[in-house]
Amino acid sequence: MLDTPLINDLSICVATENGSGSASSNNILFKAIFKMGIPCSSKNMFPSNIQGLPTWYQIRANADGYLSRKDVIDVMVMFNDATAAKDIYRVRDGGIILYDDSTPLSPTLKRDGVQYIGFPANKLVAKLVPASPLRAKQRNMVYVGALAYLFGIDMSVIKAVLEDTFGKKPAVIESNLVCIDAGYQYCKEQNFKQNIARLEPIPNGNKGKIITEGNTAAAIGAVYGGASVICWYPITPSSSLAESMEYYLPRLRKQVDGKKAYAIVQAEDEIASASMIVGAGWAGARSMTSTSGPGVSLMNESIGLAYYAEIPCVFFIIQRGGPSTGLPTRTQQADISLMYGASHGDTRHILLIPHDMNSCFDFARQSFNYADRFQAPVFVAMDLDLGMNLWSSEPLKLNAEQYDWGKRLSAQDLDEWTKAGKKFRRYFDQDGDGIPYRTVPGNENRLASFFTRGSGHDADAKYSEDEHDYKYILDRLKKKHDTARKFVPKPIIEKERGVKTGIICYGSSYEPVREARDRLKARGLKTNHMLIRALPLTSEVRDFIAEHDTVYLVEQNRDAQMAAIIKDEMPELGAKLTSILVYNGLPVTAGEVVQQIFEAAKTAKTA
Amino acid sequence: MAEAAKINRLNMTEKEYDGAPSTMCKGCGHDAISASVQRAYWESSIDPRKVVKLSGIGCSSKTPAYFMSQSFGFNAVHGRMSAVATGANLANHTLMPIGVSGDGDTSAIGLGNFCHMMRRNVNITYIIENNGVYGLTKGQFSATADVGSVMKGGKVNDIPAIDLAELAITLGATYIARSFSGDRKQLAPLVQGALAHKGSAILDVISPCVTFNNHEGSTKSLKYVKGHLDPIHDLDFVPPYENIEADYDEGTDHEVKMHDGSRIVLHKLGKDYDPTNKANAIQAIHASIAEGKFLTGLIFYNPNRKSFTDELGLCDMPLADLGQDMLQPPVEALERINSDLMK
Ligand SMILES: Cc1ncc(C[n+]2csc(CCOP(=O)(O)OP(=O)(O)O)c2C)c(N)n1
Ligand code: SF4
Repeated sequence: MLDTPLINDLSICVATENGSGSASSNNILFKAIFKMGIPCSSKNMFPSNIQGLPTWYQIRANADGYLSRKDVIDVMVMFNDATAAKDIYRVRDGGIILYDDSTPLSPTLKRDGVQYIGFPANKLVAKLVPASPLRAKQRNMVYVGALAYLFGIDMSVIKAVLEDTFGKKPAVIESNLVCIDAGYQYCKEQNFKQNIARLEPIPNGNKGKIITEGNTAAAIGAVYGGASVICWYPITPSSSLAESMEYYLPRLRKQVDGKKAYAIVQAEDEIASASMIVGAGWAGARSMTSTSGPGVSLMNESIGLAYYAEIPCVFFIIQRGGPSTGLPTRTQQADISLMYGASHGDTRHILLIPHDMNSCFDFARQSFNYADRFQAPVFVAMDLDLGMNLWSSEPLKLNAEQYDWGKRLSAQDLDEWTKAGKKFRRYFDQDGDGIPYRTVPGNENRLASFFTRGSGHDADAKYSEDEHDYKYILDRLKKKHDTARKFVPKPIIEKERGVKTGIICYGSSYEPVREARDRLKARGLKTNHMLIRALPLTSEVRDFIAEHDTVYLVEQNRDAQMAAIIKDEMPELGAKLTSILVYNGLPVTAGEVVQQIFEAAKTAKTA
Repeated sequence: MAEAAKINRLNMTEKEYDGAPSTMCKGCGHDAISASVQRAYWESSIDPRKVVKLSGIGCSSKTPAYFMSQSFGFNAVHGRMSAVATGANLANHTLMPIGVSGDGDTSAIGLGNFCHMMRRNVNITYIIENNGVYGLTKGQFSATADVGSVMKGGKVNDIPAIDLAELAITLGATYIARSFSGDRKQLAPLVQGALAHKGSAILDVISPCVTFNNHEGSTKSLKYVKGHLDPIHDLDFVPPYENIEADYDEGTDHEVKMHDGSRIVLHKLGKDYDPTNKANAIQAIHASIAEGKFLTGLIFYNPNRKSFTDELGLCDMPLADLGQDMLQPPVEALERINSDLMK
């Protein structure tokens, strides 16, 4: 029996090169831990490159169910010579470095205070796999075996994962298993010991849980939400959303005659994809695109057109590091203001901001209702951490909410209006909520047609540069935005009476903040919490800030973009906000949040 | 007694195909094109309510408002009509889209989207009102301006023009014609042909800009008659002109005198010309350019290529009309997805 103080609390980091095939071994490792019933999450930190650059895969197994990236690394699989000199310092004191000792380890790669476990992965694989490009890939399987032995993952669990993954290819299962087993047996023969942690199965621990990425969850949500014209242009980290739709649409939206009840088009660029979904939204289809920052920049003009001409369409934005091409494969929340005010002139948009897999699914589905109800572009604001990392989650649940097509008049509706003496005026505020009625092309009522334009128009959609007409439309659009304020998802608030410190966050910061609050509480600082789930801001945001003495607002950007929006809309509360900003491109850790809050609190006290 | 207005197969008079009053300069070729377009729809007895009119930004792009008020219209942003129309076509493939665009709109800012629309063979009648200049922004060169064209300020164009008809043939459009705005007899039937065609039908129509196409050396407008247009150099006086008409026989050349006194030569394709031969079509365009003429008529035609929505295999009902029952997959399917994601 190993001397193991920590049960089911472990962070593993695998340092390899991209293109070396480590994705499948990492996946097997992660899924094996999941299958043992231990709550776990994975963060893939990969370069914007196809082959040969450093990549890290960090797995966290945690019995308490914390899913954010762990601050420290307990075990480093040091399989990339190029980064080894840095990687040895990423391991916590007392942690383990697992490396390939097929060749001797350079003395410069030795560090005090960590445990080195070397095993001859290259040599083992050379014996098992004939010389071929596959050999490098199989080398990765060996560390799966080594880790399994060291931390207590049963080989039968690994076998089960392989069967789930490669069920139809027994030869692949076999060849992987041989290499994994070689790693396992070698470590067993050497009687390697470690004293930091042990993984133990939790019966039914992950029962009913799924593992998925936000992009997949959102793609399924969009299919359920009725997206029928999907136009996109490849860009990391959003491509897998559209690609998932390519996968799910034919399976989920089957037509008896084999014809398609959807159109998915890889456009020539983002200007085209945005223009296409504007055209499709105008013509009455539920239309969407997916992209990230640079794509939004190109789409700006069409977004403004959709806003001003009041055309429903949905933009899934998976944020990555900017500005410019920035850190294309890293995570950020730095396009919030870009999305909120996208395009020129006075524009304001609706943003739905998911924070976990179920809200990715839900908001994706609901986004089309919002777009139709408000006759406007709607943004689903995600980020790479949510979109492209695997998260364990409760299963996706379909709520009973019916499709809302908004104020869309059919030919019959118009007949009835005419009989009742009512006139169809495309851009007129009939109901006082800022939302006009619309008809879509194909409506055969003689009164249905109108002329849509991005240029000045009056309440009847006639071209106009008249100052009153222009102001009327602009003011009505503002009113519509204020109506949206009452309809968008409300923040989720967790609070206790008497607690005077609040924390606000949104999106993928939710998980690290949840953990940070537990740690702060353990250290004597109780906090209330509000998760913002949409823009425009709702009245609950104002109330929450007003109720607290100090409010920390956690964001993954340099310029405190959400804080700026709050301060702009609620200037009287601005002084209560302290920004906690993490913008290094990596998924936020609870430790970063805790440390910054303590530092801010200290500064406030001494000030 | 006044003669009863002629009606078409839908019992509609041509008047019922009218749009809002035009705001083009008097004599602008674009108005003449609108008239031919309107005539073509009426002649073809097409229900205006089945038509969607799309355009970008420019003088030409304003014109969809000036015919067929009963159709839905969409003035999109500069250069993006091809993509907007592609989206609208996907949403409802039962509607008949007509796109009207300028040479600036199509051949410069919108060139990429235009190319890809043709590559996809989106079902559309796409009319380029080609005047070689940017009208609405007051006279800059467009990418169809010929080498040697001179701008009002004296700037000479030394970059070869894009021949949109040739480009269209190369990129996969399936009905390509060229005509002159004032040649109603040729233009209206060419539009009718385009309307009947399923796929990208491109009509490159030479359309004199009375206000800015006054530069010397252009093959679209040869010699500017000094003094005649002076008033527009100061103030913003735009003199009214008569529309230029052209009526000539197949297989013959025809010289047109432009508003500024310049001349262009049109050559109408004859009966012996075979428009289904791609190589010939490109050859014919090259030959006409070498002779300093504009080839007019149906230059290329391919009735066999499937349109974009046919190629995609969309269901018969327009996507825009599908309800929740057709769009939302059953709950059980989500249960299956969930269990797949548990592995
Ligand atoms: C993004 C953008 N850039 C520039 C403009 C300014 N603009 C308006 S119309 C036009 C050119 C129109 O020329 P053309 O398409 O040839 O049409 P014409 O007016 O000659 O009929 C330009 C550059 C614009 N509206 N949008
Ligand atoms: S500026 Fe030229 S293109 Fe524009 S309306 Fe006048 S004549 Fe026509």
